[in-house]
Amino acid sequence: MRRLNWERVVSVLLLSPAVIAVAIFVYGFIGWTAFASLTKWDKLLPDFTIAGLSNYQRLFANQRFQIDLRNTVVFTVLFLISCLVVGFLLALLLDQRIRGEAIFRGIYLFPMSISFIVTGVVWRWLLNPGSVELGSTGVNLLFDTLGLGFLKTGWYTDPKIGIMAVAIAATWQMSGYTMAMYLAGLRAIPEELREAARVDGASELQIVRHIILPLLQPITLSAVIVLGHISLKIYDLIVSMTGPGIGFATDVPAYFMWDTTFRGNHFARGAAIAIVLLVMVAVLIVPYLVHSTRTEAEL
Amino acid sequence: MTTHARRTPGGMKVPIRWQRVALYAALIVFAIAFLMPVYVLLVTGMKRFAEANLYEMWHLPKGLHFDSYAKAWFGSKAEGFRGLNVNFMNSVYLAVPATIISAMWGSINGYILAKWKFRGSDVLFPLLLFGMFIPYQSILIPLVQTLQRISIFGVKFYGSIPGLILAHVIYGIPITTLIFRNYYAAVPTELVEAARIDGANIFGIYRRVLFPLSLPGFVVVIIWQFTSIWNDFLFAATITSNPAAQPITVGLNNLAGSYIVEWNVQMAGALIAALPTLLVYIFLGRFFMRGLMAGSLKG
Repeated sequence: MRRLNWERVVSVLLLSPAVIAVAIFVYGFIGWTAFASLTKWDKLLPDFTIAGLSNYQRLFANQRFQIDLRNTVVFTVLFLISCLVVGFLLALLLDQRIRGEAIFRGIYLFPMSISFIVTGVVWRWLLNPGSVELGSTGVNLLFDTLGLGFLKTGWYTDPKIGIMAVAIAATWQMSGYTMAMYLAGLRAIPEELREAARVDGASELQIVRHIILPLLQPITLSAVIVLGHISLKIYDLIVSMTGPGIGFATDVPAYFMWDTTFRGNHFARGAAIAIVLLVMVAVLIVPYLVHSTRTEAEL
Repeated sequence: MTTHARRTPGGMKVPIRWQRVALYAALIVFAIAFLMPVYVLLVTGMKRFAEANLYEMWHLPKGLHFDSYAKAWFGSKAEGFRGLNVNFMNSVYLAVPATIISAMWGSINGYILAKWKFRGSDVLFPLLLFGMFIPYQSILIPLVQTLQRISIFGVKFYGSIPGLILAHVIYGIPITTLIFRNYYAAVPTELVEAARIDGANIFGIYRRVLFPLSLPGFVVVIIWQFTSIWNDFLFAATITSNPAAQPITVGLNNLAGSYIVEWNVQMAGALIAALPTLLVYIFLGRFFMRGLMAGSLKG
C-alpha cells in the first residue's frame, strides 16, 4: 500500500507542470487581460489606474466595433451554412460506393492543411475583380470566358458584400472538415436501416430527410461549435486577404483588437475587445465542453 | 437501344445508370472548384515575368520557368525586398523542436489522465481543454509583457524563436493531452494490471506498456502540432517583430502586402509556404484525419 501512495504523489507531480502552465498562461493571463481592460492603460507604458467599465462603454458605442460585430454575425452565418451544406452534400455523394473515393476525399480535404495566410494571398488574387478599363481578372475573368458575365461582382472590394468574399475563401478551406465528419457519421448508420425504409417505399430524398439527417444531428452540433468558434476568432484570413476594408467592410473584432493594442498601443481598450471576444467564444464552447466531458465520464 | 444499355459478361442487358453519371459529374465539378486555386498557384509560379499577366491568369504557361520561385526564395536586392528563405528556415527551427516537446509532454499528461485518475481529474480535464478554444487575443497582452521580462541563460524570449516555441508548447498542452488521453484510454487496463503484477511501477508501465504502443498516437499529435505551428500567424506576428526572426507566414504576409512585389512572385511564395504541410498531408493524410476528429472532442 505504501508503494501505491508513493506513485500517487509521482503521478500528480508528473501532471503538475502542465496544470501550472495552463493555470498561469491561460487562466492567469485571462485574469490579467480582464484586469487590464478595467484600467486607463492607453500607451506603451502600463498605467493601472482603475477606470471601471468605461472602456467597455466606449467600445460598444464605437461605430467600428458595431460594424465588426455585425460582420462577425454575417460571416459566421454564411460560413456555417455553406460549410454544412457543401460538406453534407459532398459526404452524401462520396457515400455512394464511389470509385476513386480516396482521391476525391483528398481533394476536398487538402485545403485544411494549409494556413489561412496562404489561402488569403491566393484568394485575394482570385477574387480581385479587375477594373472596367483594363478588364476583369480572377474569377470574374473566368465568368466572362464561360459566358457567365452576369455573375461578376466586386467581391471584397464591394463594401456591401466584402465579408461574403472572405466567407467563400473560408468555406473553400474548411468545408472538407464537415465533409469528413459527415462521412464518418454516414458510415456509422447501418445499411439495414436504409434498406428497411426502402422496403417501406420511402424515396431516397425521404430517407435523407427523415432518417439520415436526424441521426447526424450530433455531428451537425459539434461541427457548428467547432466551426463557429473558428469563425468568431477569424483573424489571419482577414489580414492576408482584405485587411479591414473600405469603411471596415471586412473588419472583425479579432483584427480590431490587434490593431488597437499593438499598433495603437491602446492596451486597455484592446484588452476590453479581447474579453468581449472571449465571452462570445465561451458562450459557445463551455456548454459543449461540459456536456461532452460529462457524457464521456458516464461511459 | 444499345445507347441505353450495355452488355455484362453474362450477356444480361444492364441500363446505363444515369444517376451514376450525374454523381461522378457532380464530384468532378466540385473537385475542379477545389483545385482551381491550386491551378492558378502552379501555373502562375511557372510563368516568366513577361507572361504573368493578371488578365491571362488562367492561361497555361508557355514553358517551365522557375524565376518566380527563385525570386520569392532569395528576394531581390535591386527591388528591395527580402526572400522567404530566412523565414522558411525560422519556421523549421520553430516547428520541429516545438512539435517534439509538445508531443512528449502531451504523452505524459495523457498517460496520467488516462491511467492514473485522481480525485478532481474529471474536473481538471475540461478546464485544461478550455485552453485550446480561447481566442488567443485574450492572453496576448500578458504574454508579450511576460516574454519581454524573461530571459534564461541570456536567451531572450520576446522577438525570438525560443519565445515562439514556448508559446506553442504551452498553448499546445490541451490538444496534445486530449489526443494522448483518448489514445491511452483505449489501451486495455488488463495490460497495465499485468505489468503491475510483474512489478512495474508508474515509470515502468509507461516505458514498457504504453510508450511502445504509442507510435500512432505520436504520429497524429506530431502532424497536428507541426501543421498548426507551421501555419500559425497570430503568435508569430505578435511575438516576432524583427524580420530576421519571423516565421514563414509573417514573411509571406509581408511579401504579399508589398506593392513592389509582382503577383507571380507572391503566388510562388504562397506555394513555398504551403509546401511542407501539403506534403505532410499528401503522405500522412490518414493520420491528419484522425487529428481532425480528435480536435472535435470525439475520441
